[in-house]
Formats: sequence, structure tokens, C-alpha cells
Amino acid sequence: MTDKLVDIRNLTVRFKGGRTVHAINDLSLSLDQGETLSLLGESGSGKSVTLKTLLGLLPPKRSEIEGDILVNGTDIRTLSGKALQRYRGGEVSMVFQDPGLALDPVYTVGNQIAEAVMRHKGLRKEEAMDIAFDMLQRVRIPSPERRLKNYPHELSGGMRQRVMIALALACRPRLLLADEPTTALDATVQIQILLLLRDLQREFGMGVIFVTHDIGVAVEVSERIAVMYAGRIVEEGTTHEIINDPRHPYTRGLLAANLHDVAKGERLNAIPGAPPALEAPPTGCSFAPRCPMAGPECTAGVPDFVHLGPRRRVACLRVEPVPAE
Amino acid sequence: MSATETTTLPDSPEDKGGPGQALLIVKDLRKYFPVRGGIFGRAQAMVQAVDGVSFSVEKGEALGIVGESGCGKSTTARLLIGLTEKDEGEIIFDGQGLGDALSLRDLRRGVQMVFQDSYASLNPRLTIEESIAFGARVQGLDDPVGRAHSLMSRVGLDPARFASRYPHEVSGGQRQRINIARALAMSPRLVILDEAVSALDKSVEAQVLNLLADLREEFGLTYIFISHDLNVVRYISDRILVMYLGEVVEVGPVDAIWSRQAHPYTRSLFSAMPSMDPDNRTKTPPLSGDPPNPIDPPKGCRFHTRCRFADSVCKTKAPRLMELPQTPGHLAACHLHDPASGHPKAGQEGLA
Ligand SMILES: Nc1ncnc2c1ncn2[C@@H]1O[C@H](COP(=O)(O)OP(=O)(O)OP(=O)(O)O)[C@@H](O)[C@H]1O
Ligand SMILES: Nc1ncnc2c1ncn2[C@@H]1O[C@H](COP(=O)(O)OP(=O)(O)OP(=O)(O)O)[C@@H](O)[C@H]1O
Ligand code: SF4
Ligand SMILES: [Mg+2]
Ligand SMILES: [Mg+2]
Repeated sequence: MTDKLVDIRNLTVRFKGGRTVHAINDLSLSLDQGETLSLLGESGSGKSVTLKTLLGLLPPKRSEIEGDILVNGTDIRTLSGKALQRYRGGEVSMVFQDPGLALDPVYTVGNQIAEAVMRHKGLRKEEAMDIAFDMLQRVRIPSPERRLKNYPHELSGGMRQRVMIALALACRPRLLLADEPTTALDATVQIQILLLLRDLQREFGMGVIFVTHDIGVAVEVSERIAVMYAGRIVEEGTTHEIINDPRHPYTRGLLAANLHDVAKGERLNAIPGAPPALEAPPTGCSFAPRCPMAGPECTAGVPDFVHLGPRRRVACLRVEPVPAE
Repeated sequence: MSATETTTLPDSPEDKGGPGQALLIVKDLRKYFPVRGGIFGRAQAMVQAVDGVSFSVEKGEALGIVGESGCGKSTTARLLIGLTEKDEGEIIFDGQGLGDALSLRDLRRGVQMVFQDSYASLNPRLTIEESIAFGARVQGLDDPVGRAHSLMSRVGLDPARFASRYPHEVSGGQRQRINIARALAMSPRLVILDEAVSALDKSVEAQVLNLLADLREEFGLTYIFISHDLNVVRYISDRILVMYLGEVVEVGPVDAIWSRQAHPYTRSLFSAMPSMDPDNRTKTPPLSGDPPNPIDPPKGCRFHTRCRFADSVCKTKAPRLMELPQTPGHLAACHLHDPASGHPKAGQEGLA
């Protein structure tokens, strides 16, 4: 029915508890095979929750999910048991934002990677260890043979991040979900990892969703960018379009809040105000209270997408649709 | 680098040495970690994580620390708050040596740290309000809960929404801000921030950096700021310290280093910043070769295996950290800057 690698339609995610949190509100997003998309957005806007939903990782008792989530044509919400295990870590893998959540403190990193390879590829221990070694080498961990025997706490923050990348790539997934995978890396190692991801992406024909708040990183890895605010996509386009011609006022504010040539001691340009409470589903544009261009019509209803091209869309009433040619 | 602030956060430990006394002096700090291996799992070799690091931080100053992943930044930070035990070296806080006049308890009253791993550093069974108020309560400070709420607001987390949540119920960037609030709630004089804004989007990052600047102005706070983001380090720091493989290779005023990186490693670090232009992406990494093994670091200059300027003297003789003649306060450890080193290019400016 679809040749898309990822096709999320009208996704809504709520967390139950003392207070309900409306984390994702009617989000639709698609990814072609072999494509790399960066997800940018405000802290708390739902980037990690979107990725975790794609992996089926949200706590079932505490969360409510609606919508369709197709990966390679399969609705992943129908998967369970063995099929779910095969899917997770085999077809799709994730580099988590917090290494503490993904790495098991009681196993050496070599064993953890080898274990995953044995489980998903049915290889023997020695072969799996060879792959683990090869992966550590590719992510440029110094003296990889020795590091195989290290426990996670014996590694520096940046090495733990690279181990997670190695773990995620060891089974050659079709789809890689990378949640800020290079935040703990210095500039020289970061650029090496980004170049490696670009190479592997081509080599494996892998699709990648890359969460980052660093626009420079998004530019280096991705063809496309989607920007999130308060649980929705507010703008999407090619990297070129988003960087050179941002249309949504939130995207513009985010790109302006850049440290690049700010003089010392000068106040930084933060977007004034705070993000919405997410305690109720949105009834208007969630950015309106902070938006310099907002008018009464902006809070009257959730703005629909204005399509500026085949895959170029902006959810803002102030954006003029292009006349059909 | 003003050193004259007299105000401190309410209830923070009093100033002892006066404005002329550096807040922190570190001398020859060393930490080697044993690595297991061999048939009996006995410790056989040592990772030289921090090897002879010395620096000082003035009152009210912000010192940025940068360097390659694994070069010993976090270990240095943990040694400074006594969380990892040092093998050798001195830590002098406001004129008092740790272990002499100063107990570990007193040191921790004055120095707080925001850890790199925001998840591991929060107790999963405490609500966010309890986590932030906890330290202040243990220290016997007034109104711990009130403090917690006001700091939450200042880092952009509405107490009404977040106070009663648990660490796994917030996003990564929200957790980082909780850690910052928690460190500040204890009214420290020195705050060590280890990759503390790395998970924040640019707008929230700007908000937190503005807050840090305000607190510094209001209360004369002193910062050690570890980050891989050079733009952030530049904005917040008065001076930058560059580490490579457990050693300090360059230190100096931020503008001096920004306009002229003296050490070849610093130069490759600065040229590795991501491109901002989609039509002009980076094609080759600016620093080739793998970082050497910290168990058996290269002899002579530790950077010589990857340095474009390496000469035979670099392989045998370790360069000392020396002040550059043109810029006072700017030091580098490289034979190129030591006319007496015997490096054929020593003393020549404008290396391409
Ligand atoms: N288990 C949970 N229970 C309740 N609320 C949650 C839970 N997990 C996440 N949230 C909330 O859902 C929203 C989206 O969280 P998410 O982790 O996706 O943010 P994010 O975009 O990844 O942000 P960051 O850039 O800070 O990591 C946040 O406001 C967060 O507080
Ligand atoms: N508890 C430990 N046991 C053994 N080795 C350790 C331990 N902690 C750190 N190391 C080693 O010490 C070295 C320095 O680590 P450190 O965490 O200080 O690096 P870092 O500069 O903070 O790096 P990053 O930027 O990646 O966080 C690394 O080689 C690391 O593997
Ligand atoms: S001392 Fe030699 S090897 Fe070391 S940085 Fe200077 S030129 Fe390069
Ligand atoms: Mg996140
Ligand atoms: Mg570290």
C-alpha cells in the first residue's frame, strides 16, 4: 500500500497520571526509504516521545496512543511477542538521549553488542564479537579491543555515546532513530561520527530520524528538517528551505536564538514566554501566546498546514499559500 | 575577571581569603584508573585519565574547559568535588587546602556540580521538588521547598506542572534544567557545569545562559564550564583551558584563543565546528588519526602522533606549558612556541 519507510498518521499520545500530559497532538510525518530527516524543536515538544512511540516503548499502562504508525507498511501497534522483538533492534534501532537508559551497567560493552547481534542475526559468539570489535572501531573508540571488556561506567560520556551508536548499528537496521546522539562529543569526534553516519546510511540504505537541537549538525547529516512545537510538526521542508527560508515564526525564533556571533556579556535572544502546559489538547496555535505575529484568529482553531511544495508545509495562518501554476 | 564581588548567594559559605585570593587553585592533579585484564583479572595497566593538571580560577570568573572526548574533563571535575579520590595533587579552595584546613564536607558546601549524565544523577524515587530541595535541606538552609520552586521557575519549569513528577516523566532537556536548579539550590560559590546545556534547544539554552550570567552578576558566582560547544564556551567564559589526553595543552583569555589558537590540537578543534551551510558540508574530518591509548600515551608531546607540525624533538621531549611572549596570560605546551626547544620551526609565527 505504501512504499514509505515510515508513515505516521494523526498520532496522539497522552500520559495519564495526577495530571494528564498531552505530549503529541495530531502529528503526521513520513520518511522515504534511505532518507535522513532531522527533527528540531523546543525542549519538551515531543521529539523523544515520537521516537519511543515508533519503537513501541511507551509504558502501556500510563500512556494512551491513537493514530496509525506504519513502518515498512506494517502497523507496529499490531506487533507483539517475538515479532515485536525482531522489529526492535533488528529492523529498527534507537540511540537514546540518555546513555544511562540504554546500556546495562552489569555487562561489558562487548558482551552487550555481541548479545544483540547473536539475538538478531543468529550468529555465534565469536562472530558476534568480531562484529562488536568492528563497530567500536568504526565509531572511533580508541583501543577498541580493550574497550570491549570495559563496563559502561569505565567510559567517558562521549565514549558511552559512541558505544550506543555502535550497538544501534551492529544489526544493520533499516531505520535508525537517533536521539541527540552526538551531544556529548567534542567537535572533532562529532564530525567524524556524522561523516560515518552519512557513509553507513548510504552503505546500508538506511533511513534515519535524527533528533538534534544543533542546526549545524542537522545541516551536516540531513536532507530534510521537520520542526516540532508542543507535540505537533509546525514546519517541514528540505534542509535548504528551512535554513534559508524559514516560514513559521517559531522556526524563525529558534534560528535567531543562535550564539554564533553574539558578543560577550550581551543578552541572548531567547524566545520570550514559556511553552504551553500541555494539560489539555490544543484549541488554537500553541505558539500564539509567544508569537509576535499572532492575532485573534490564531487562537480560534488549530491552524491547518499551508502547502508550499510537494513536501514543504507550514502550520501558520500568516503564511500565504503559493498560487497553483 | 573581576574579583571584587562581595555578595554571595544567600546562605552561601563566607569569603575567607578576600578578593585577591583565587577561589580555586589546583596543583599537579593526577588520577590513574587501574584496568583489569589478564588471566586473573588483576589490575595490570593504568589509564592515565588526569596527569599533572594545574590551574586556578579567580573569584567571579568563568573558566571554560574543552578537549577531546575522553581527555579527562569529567574526571578532573569529579576530583575537584572529591567524588573521585585523587592519586596526587593539591586542591586549594579559597586559600584552604583540602585535607588540611578544609574538610570534604566544607568543600561540598562551597562547590556544586551539574553532572554530564542527567538521568543517572537524579534519584528515581524522589519527585523533582524533593530532589531539588533535598540538598538545601541537608545543608540546613532556610525554606528548601520555596527555594526549589523559585529556581524551577527561573530555569523555565513551571513548579505547578513539574514539582510532583518523577525524573522519568520529563524530557531530556527538562531533566538537565532540574539538575542545574538542584546545584544552585545549595547556594554554592563555585558551580561546575559538565555538559549542562547540551540537551537544550537554542532558545532554552539562551534562557539558561542568561540565568547563569544574572546569578554571576547578582551573587558573584564562579563557574567551571565544561562543554563541547565552542560557541557556548566562548559566550560564557573569561578564560578557556584546553585538555588533551589528561594534560593541559593550552590556557588563556577567551578572545586570545579565539583569535589565535597556539596549540595545533586547539587549532584542529576549532576548525571542526559543523558547517552552517547546506551547500557546503564538511567533507573530510579536520583531525585524522585515532586518539592514542591513554594507557600508554605517546612519549614526548602526547599530540605528536596526529600533529602536522611534529618534528623529531616532539617524539622525545615533552613540551612544558609556557606563556606566549606576545600575550600575557596565554599559555601553550608546544615546542613551536619555545625558541629553545630545538624544533626547526620554533618561534616562527603564522604557520599555515
Ligand atoms: N512518562 C511521562 N509521563 C508524563 N509526561 C511525560 C512522560 N514522558 C514525557 N513526558 C512529557 O511529554 C513532553 C514531551 O517529552 P519528550 O521527551 O518527547 O520531549 P523532547 O522533545 O524530547 O524534549 P528534549 O529536547 O528536552 O529532550 C514533555 O513535556 C515531557 O515532560
Ligand atoms: N571509573 C573509571 N574506571 C576506569 N576508567 C575510567 C573511569 N572513569 C573514567 N575513566 C577513563 O578515564 C578517561 C577520562 O575520562 P573522562 O570521563 O574524564 O573524559 P571526558 O574528558 O569527560 O570525556 P567526554 O567528553 O567523553 O565526557 C577515559 O579514558 C575513561 O575511559
Ligand atoms: S610539541 Fe610538536 S607534536 Fe606537540 S603540538 Fe607542538 S609541534 Fe605538534
Ligand atoms: Mg528528548
Ligand atoms: Mg565527560
